[in-house]
Formats: sequence, C-alpha cells, structure tokens
Amino acid sequence: MELTATTTIRKPTSEVYAFWRDLENLPTFMAHLEEVRTTGDRTSRWVADAPFGKDIAWNAEIVDETPGEKIAWRSTGDADVPNAGTVRFVRAPDGVSTEVHISLVYDIPGGTIGKAVAKYFGEEPHQQLDDDLRRLKQVIETGEVVRSDGAPWGKRAREEFPQRPAQPLSDAELAKGADR
Amino acid sequence: MRANTWAGRNKVEVRDVPDPRILNRRDAIVKITSTAICGSDLHLVDGYVPTMQDGDVMGHEFMGEVIEVGPDVPPERLRVGDRVVVPFPIACGACGACAAELYSCCENTNPNAGIAEKMFGHPVAGIFGYSHLTGGFAGGQAQYARVPFADVGPLKIESDLADEQVLFLSDILPTGYMGAEMCDIQPSDVVAVWGAGPVGQFAMDSARVLGAAKVIAIDKEPYRLQMAERAGHIPVNFEEVDVRSRLLELTGGRGPDKCIDAVGLEATHGSAHVAAYDRVKQAVRSETERPHALRQAIMSCRSGGVVSVIGVYGGLMDKFPAGAWMNRSLTLRTGQCHVQRYMKPLLKRIEGGELDPTRIITHRLPLEEAEHGFEIFKNKEDHCEKVVLKP
Repeated sequence: MELTATTTIRKPTSEVYAFWRDLENLPTFMAHLEEVRTTGDRTSRWVADAPFGKDIAWNAEIVDETPGEKIAWRSTGDADVPNAGTVRFVRAPDGVSTEVHISLVYDIPGGTIGKAVAKYFGEEPHQQLDDDLRRLKQVIETGEVVRSDGAPWGKRAREEFPQRPAQPLSDAELAKGADR
Repeated sequence: MRANTWAGRNKVEVRDVPDPRILNRRDAIVKITSTAICGSDLHLVDGYVPTMQDGDVMGHEFMGEVIEVGPDVPPERLRVGDRVVVPFPIACGACGACAAELYSCCENTNPNAGIAEKMFGHPVAGIFGYSHLTGGFAGGQAQYARVPFADVGPLKIESDLADEQVLFLSDILPTGYMGAEMCDIQPSDVVAVWGAGPVGQFAMDSARVLGAAKVIAIDKEPYRLQMAERAGHIPVNFEEVDVRSRLLELTGGRGPDKCIDAVGLEATHGSAHVAAYDRVKQAVRSETERPHALRQAIMSCRSGGVVSVIGVYGGLMDKFPAGAWMNRSLTLRTGQCHVQRYMKPLLKRIEGGELDPTRIITHRLPLEEAEHGFEIFKNKEDHCEKVVLKP
C-alpha cells in the first residue's frame, strides 16, 4: 500500500528538515508510532503504538538524504510490516513556508498483524497520514499538538465524530488518559 | 461548575460539568463574568449545524478574569488577574491563514479538521461551543472556560468600561463591522441590511460609521425595526411592503449599492410558497439552507454592487441566482469574522463613543435561566433582541 500526503508549514525548509531528520521527533505527530530511537548516524529502532498492533518493532535506515531537501528511509531485517518512506521539503512560492511531501509504502502481510494494520488504516487510509501531517504542522508552528474537549488526547484522537462531548474532562478521565 | 449545554434538537439544559483544566501549554482558564446568546447558537439548537453532541457546552461570546495560565503564555501577554474579552474563533497566530489575518480560517486550531475538510473542502478554525465540526471545544455559557492560544486571542480590557460595553467584541460587533467593511463603503452609498437582529444592527451602525449616505434595515419584527430606526436607520418591513419596490423607491430606482445578508440559513419569507419550498427541502435535508435573504439581496443589489454575507451558512443551497450575480457584475464577499483583526480598532471606537454596543441588550439573565433566554430569543418574545447571561 502506498500513501502520499502533503502540507505547508510556515517555517523555513532548514527548520522543518532538521525537525524531521531528528527521527526521535516522529512519534510526536505520527499516530502509529510509540517511539523512535536513534541507534547510529543513519540507523534507528522504531516501536509501533497500540492501534498498529502491539509489540511491533523494527529497525530502519536512512538510504538517501539531501540536507534541507529530502530524506528517504526503509525498514531493515525481518520487519513484521516492511515499509519505506520518502519526505521532500520544498520552498513554497511565498518564500517563507515549506511544502512537505511525504510518501509511505507498506508491505502489509497476512495474519493477525496484517489485520491490525488494515484495521488501523480503515476505509480511508490516506486520512491517517493527512492527520499525521496536520499534527506535524501544529507541532512545528505552535509547539505542540492542539487538544480540545472533544478530542483531548492529541495524536491519539482516533474518532472525529461522535467523540466525547465538548465539556471539560473529569478528574477520573484526566487520570485515566487516552485509551491505549 | 454550571454550564449551559446542548441536550438534543430544540433543547438546552444548564448542568453540572467538570471545571476546565489547562490541556495545552498556551491555554488560560477564564472565570466568566458575562456571556451572551448568539443568533448562531439558535442554528445549533434548531439542529441545522451538524456534529453537535448531548452535553456540549455552548456559547462563544464571553469575557472574564484570567485565573490560570499555561507555562508557555508569556507574562507580558497575559497574567492571572487580567480582564479579557475572548474572540470566538480560536487562532494560533503562526500559520499561513493567521499571517494573512484570516483568523477564522486558522489551519491549526481545529482538532477535527478532517470533518470540516469533508464538508467545506478545506478545514476551518476551532470555535468555542460551536459543534465538533469546529473542533469540539467547550463554550463560554458557563462559569469557567479553557481558552487555547491565550497569548494570541484574548483582548485585555485595561480601562473601566463595563462588561456590557465590551462583551460584544467577542463576536457580533466585529462580525457586523466586517460585514460593512467588506462593502468597501463610499460616501454616496446606500447600504441595505437584511436582518435587524444583533449582528444586523451592528452592521448598520458600522455602515454609518464607515460613511454610508443611507442605511436601510429589512426585517419583519416591528420592535427590531424600531430599534434600528431609533439608531437612525430606515426600516423596511418585508411583511408589510414588497422589499424590491421599496428599495427601488428609496434609491431612485438604482437599488442599494451595497447589500449585507445578516440573516443566514434560517431565513423566513413573506411569500408562503417560497418559504415552504426551502423549508421542506431543509427538513428532508436535501438542502441545508433557507437562503431567501441572500437571494433577495443579490436580486436587489445595484449592478456592480457588493453583496456581503455575514449570516451563517452551513452547507448547500438551491436556486442560487447565479445569472443576476454574473450578468450584473456583482461582487459576493463573505467570511466567518476574523475577530482578532477588529478587536482593538473597535475597542477604540467604543471608547471614543462612535459605537454603543449596549443599545441592543434587552435581557439580562442569570446563567441558570439560559433555557428561558434561548426560548424568548428564538421565538422573539418579550421584544427580545439580545440576552446577556451572568454566571
């Protein structure tokens, strides 16, 4: 499965590139990621979040990069869900913003993991990636993922509607946190 | 705390809900001292804006005292104890839309952007108490509210102006003003305003302040027309006269140079069959609007004129008079108000005595009586024009 999405962020390409190049930042906006740990100059260890299937982890390496312009990576070894991605950073016509163009390819297997991944992407798989980029834009432009009463858990807000009512959270809800 | 909530179509209910907390680092918590019921709240209660849920806290016109600020709100922008008016669109101040001062189109503040994108093509900003389509943010008809991006939106009131003089900077005064500003008013202009509700009244006052030669108010409620007349505007009752004929008479046959639709999607019509056509289509959801005021504004406007739309529309309309619009070189301008753009200049006009927002207030009620307030406002009982609620 191949997914593409794009957004425009009102920051210079160097800044947006640098944020992405620090791969440990990816889980702040990519819903399916729990953690990315840098293990070398171009290698990293990725851990998936619950909706993508529990306890899935894989190694990845950067296979191509041009500072300020492009990063391409792919999973290595025997990843449960082999995947690869490319992100390009292009100066927008306004001269101050950066267009982010991302392309992800997943080789979805059969079995339980394949089902979990298929369920995660649902009927509109591109929507998940669109939402990831919306959160990337929020994080870079405003400092963090924006929360509302209806969608209080930031990147873990899976449901847009219906969702919890637009009224403040109780102490119990705040203590419990997002359903994981 | 106590808060007025949506409880299903045609029903609001003041209930106990949890107190708001800081969720984002640039939030503030405001203890609300005054809040109001807006005409657009009626669209939510009447069930014409989708994605409301039982228990949603309503209200997007409010002001009060800052009682808590998040760690990333710079103290030079906002501190505990500040008295603030809160603009209804939530805006981040950093995206492309905010940079262009299009605050109600902020690209970052709607966590439910996906729904808005499906309905409108591109997402719109988060709005307090105004459905999940605009983010699912609890509103301000309550004792307290969480205000995101508190370093961007809220206007500090540092003078001794009373709440009622500044409260409407949150929405309806800037909305009415933007309606007039979009008309690019010239000294020779006759401006006609459809709807003499609160926003219409402020659009009329703003048209006068911006230099219009003559301002016409179109409505069917005698008390609302009288209110407009007392403020110096010319009343036209569409239940008593043919609007087109009267407008031609008032403009020497030219038609108004600029027309403002301050009615929106629940227009009523003097002619029963036209009203029935749209009412039935709206009831079966095959169109979401009853756009009579807009159609009439387009048909009435002078060739080359501007039709400015500040009444709320939610989706799709039928029988849009595209021929009149195109062949007579009309300009159609519109937008949810970019309130942040207008708060400071309008505060100055209030301080200078050019605008008196208090003139439309007819009812002051405790928050506990919100349901009664909605009822009289909706049914236009007891000469209700604007209800201010006190938490």
